[in-house]
Amino acid sequence: MKKDKKKSVGYISARESRKISKENIKITRAFEKKRERKNVPESEYLTTMKNPENVVEFDNLHTYFFTDIGTVKAVDGVSFDVPIGKTVGIVGESGCGKSVTSMSLMQLVQRPTGQTVKGEMRLNLGDKAYDVAQMPLEAMQKIRGNVISMIFQEPMTSLNPVFRIGFQLDEVISLHNPEMTPEDVKARSIEAIKMVGIADAEGVYNRYPHELSGGMRQRIVIAMALVCNPRLIIADEPTTALDVTIQAQILELLRNLKSQINASIMLITHDLGVIAEMADYVVVMYAGRVVEKGLAHEVFLDPRHPYTIGLMESKPVINKTVDRLYSIPGAVPNPINMPNYCYFRDRCEKCVERCNGAYPHEMHITDTHIVSCWRYFDEDKGGAQDE
Amino acid sequence: MSETTKNVVEVKNLCKYFPIKAGLFGRVVGHVHAVENVSFAIKRGTTMGLVGESGCGKTTIGKTILNLTQKTSGEVIFNEDTQLDKLSHKEMQAFRPKIQIIFQDPYSSLSPRLPVGEIIGEAVREHGLVPEDELDAYVTRIMKACGLHEYQKDRYPHEFSGGQRQRICIARAIALNPDFIVCDEPVSALDVSIQAQIINLLEDLQKEFNLTYLFISHDLSVVQHISDTIGVMYLGNMVEFADKEEIFANPLHPYTQALFSAIPVPDPTVKMNRIILEGNIPSPSNPPSGCKFHTRCRNCKGVCKEKAPRTMEVKEGHFVACHIYDPESGYENE
Repeated sequence: MKKDKKKSVGYISARESRKISKENIKITRAFEKKRERKNVPESEYLTTMKNPENVVEFDNLHTYFFTDIGTVKAVDGVSFDVPIGKTVGIVGESGCGKSVTSMSLMQLVQRPTGQTVKGEMRLNLGDKAYDVAQMPLEAMQKIRGNVISMIFQEPMTSLNPVFRIGFQLDEVISLHNPEMTPEDVKARSIEAIKMVGIADAEGVYNRYPHELSGGMRQRIVIAMALVCNPRLIIADEPTTALDVTIQAQILELLRNLKSQINASIMLITHDLGVIAEMADYVVVMYAGRVVEKGLAHEVFLDPRHPYTIGLMESKPVINKTVDRLYSIPGAVPNPINMPNYCYFRDRCEKCVERCNGAYPHEMHITDTHIVSCWRYFDEDKGGAQDE
Repeated sequence: MSETTKNVVEVKNLCKYFPIKAGLFGRVVGHVHAVENVSFAIKRGTTMGLVGESGCGKTTIGKTILNLTQKTSGEVIFNEDTQLDKLSHKEMQAFRPKIQIIFQDPYSSLSPRLPVGEIIGEAVREHGLVPEDELDAYVTRIMKACGLHEYQKDRYPHEFSGGQRQRICIARAIALNPDFIVCDEPVSALDVSIQAQIINLLEDLQKEFNLTYLFISHDLSVVQHISDTIGVMYLGNMVEFADKEEIFANPLHPYTQALFSAIPVPDPTVKMNRIILEGNIPSPSNPPSGCKFHTRCRNCKGVCKEKAPRTMEVKEGHFVACHIYDPESGYENE
């Protein structure tokens, strides 16, 4: 019997589970109370950007899920910047926390289990900056969809099937601009539909989502993200559900739009090809942490972290024949019991002695290219590299 | 030696129409032309890749070949003499182990109520492939070949990750010692690093057991890696079919060219000459007249709208269905 218990890591008794959930309720209730306050003075979440050239700065963000079998550290100390007018690609496997990072910024993480427990998300509004992590729900509603908007993965499920396309677009505009007349709102909606390359804008305005194809629906979702002239668009796997030829159309559209509207794009995907094509900056995530970040050509032409290298080698590439694909051994560690050493150590084939120690801090290869791996630790500079 | 050059599967003019029913009495009002006039052959020990957009009939071909759906017309010949629809029920049962399928979604294709050992061993016992007392050892051997451990035999599918489940699906197919396996998008639901593991496993097993695959996928880079020959489908038709090297070096059909140029390359220094296809795939229940691709084709001329192109062998083993390469079509004269 005892042997069995040891073998089944991850299984816990009902009593343990109850104990954990009791503690969780205490923790999450405190967070919820803070978020649901009314009439919070602006000064509480006012902050200053480290660099005014950035639209968003993630600084040591921690988002945890307090589940009944333990705390899942979905995002565990993520820091990166999104500069104005640039595209930042976030790449990683499923469960690495790339979606949770963007959801935290929108405050759309499944509450009350999911909570942003630590860190700052500084949002640049031009004349001032807010810390999204501290913002109450009330203030967040004015930001969401207006300053930051989102394109979701499934165009089939992100549109409401019982309302016409026009109504759904109008709703976004009139909610954030209550002073506009219905005629102006409609004109704005139709302009947005035209902008995403749909010829028959008037016709589509009056149609229901099921009458459109997948590619058209994704265009509508993009139009919906654009109508309020956001400063940042989060595109969460915008082309994963689409065919290759439709994917090419949508990527082309996103590229053209970006030059027209001067917004930044946070592009989340697991497809390295899409990232290489679209992004100016690349952030590689693994198990809730950023393992490598830098300019696109730095990360793609000179990948340093063993995980990035493995990821690139394991993807077959057109016109490049290999006899055997490289495959990263093992699997992602259990998110409830994360090791205290480097999370990738157990799958890494390039370990050095230092890997048995603490989780590696950020090491600079160049000014923009940053890697969290002990292989690039420079004794002379030592801790000075740590920011 | 002759074993290696034999065709395991030969498909001739395969058609599959699905009826569209309407009204109270289910009157047939039309047909979805899922597969039309598709012909190809797969040699023993090789892999044929089938690519195309969703709804182009790739999966229907896989299912029709295995007689999981009845074909409308045409011939499917296994091992140069067996036609499934001509077999009696008993003969069919005896033949089933020779042809297997691996499905796309490992979450829904495994019974949640059976332990893994039983999932893999059930069909083996049913067909009496190994004596009852050796079954356990046989299942263990198959599991090891597929990268699973012996102690996992008593576990249930929900205890496994996506990649592991796909290994179970593969083990279940391999256990019957098949000749031919249809792999219907086996890696699309998996992460990149797990994808590589499963692709490598499929290749290893192919070498070990001399298997023949029909590999269906919409991911061109995966198909290019694993296949020996590639067929490109569009709206139920096979528009181009050739060896892997030939088709990537020299894609002829305008659709193939557009499809290949649409693949994103993970290298920011490469600037793609992208051919962006306008519009969407037309409905297969009401396909365009003439060449089905003419609504999106940039080389479209009058003849394309009127006459369906024939499939031409432009080079040895390189088939293409397009008027541009048919000297008798009158395309050049327009």
